[in-house]
Amino acid sequence: MTLLHTVLLASIVVSGLKLLGYAVPSRWFVGPKRERLLELSTISLLAALTTVQAFGSGQSLELDARAPALGVAALLLVVRAPFIVVVFVAAVVAAVLRRTGIMG
Amino acid sequence: MNASVGAWRKGLSVAIATSLYGVSFGALSVASGLSILETMLLSALMFSGGSQFALVGVVAAGGTPAAAIATAGVLGIRNTIYAISLRRLIPPTKLTVVPAAWVTIDESTAVSLAGKSERESRIGFWVTGVGIFIGWNLCTLIGAIVGDILGDVRAYGLDAAAAAAFLALLWPRLRHRQAVAVGIASAVLAAVAVPVLPAGIPVLAAVGVAVVVALTNWFGRERAEGARA
Repeated sequence: MTLLHTVLLASIVVSGLKLLGYAVPSRWFVGPKRERLLELSTISLLAALTTVQAFGSGQSLELDARAPALGVAALLLVVRAPFIVVVFVAAVVAAVLRRTGIMG
Repeated sequence: MNASVGAWRKGLSVAIATSLYGVSFGALSVASGLSILETMLLSALMFSGGSQFALVGVVAAGGTPAAAIATAGVLGIRNTIYAISLRRLIPPTKLTVVPAAWVTIDESTAVSLAGKSERESRIGFWVTGVGIFIGWNLCTLIGAIVGDILGDVRAYGLDAAAAAAFLALLWPRLRHRQAVAVGIASAVLAAVAVPVLPAGIPVLAAVGVAVVVALTNWFGRERAEGARA
């Protein structure tokens, strides 16, 4: 399977899931257990993605400029900064730390 | 009249802010080894930021196609839930259902749900959704081209920006104890799994935490208030 196939298949899956919400009987997704499962799955994935994106380096963990950048992002989220500000400042923090050679 | 102007304004401001972030997606995607065409296909067809970043992340880490597709897919399930809420709030017609599904994402849903009337919700949904679709694709193209020229995106902190983006998407969902517990446990599990499992699998494995907690309702409100009272 080439990268292009992966891209196309994943796109079909994700778009299909959007359409599914307009097509299926809504009772399929109703009920406390199912709603909890769907909400908590999103939380699990996002928490895991944050961790891997911030500390992962192939098959190992690494503490570099991404960690302080993520810390600053968390502080900005606490003070309710807008999404774009959080993302932009995190990039700047990591870039500056690397440019100045403080962290890799 | 005033309300629709407000919905337009809110939709456009969210659209502009979100679209700009497409530049970092484009650059990161190209840096992860995707071609400009593949990067553009993701923004045009998949059109769901979280899933797009997740797929690119798994590919960059050397994960299998199956892991990449599964991660993007699981993260895309929330759009299904959004669609179910939206079709009650602003029912689409046969003609508009496909475009509506296409632009059903975090931001268009949030702006629509915040509307105070059906009209406001409808305007908010379409302005935000279509606005981001146009802006996100334009910015992805800019990012992909610029990223191709600039080379190493780490120098610009784009890898840290992606981590911050996931955290920012996660943050508003941490509203109660159960959510926080699941978030922390999933983060720890993913970190522990990175050195021992193939790329892409640690993230999927973390969903196991959600399944267990959802079925048992550990840290749940009913249990905390009922059983122990």
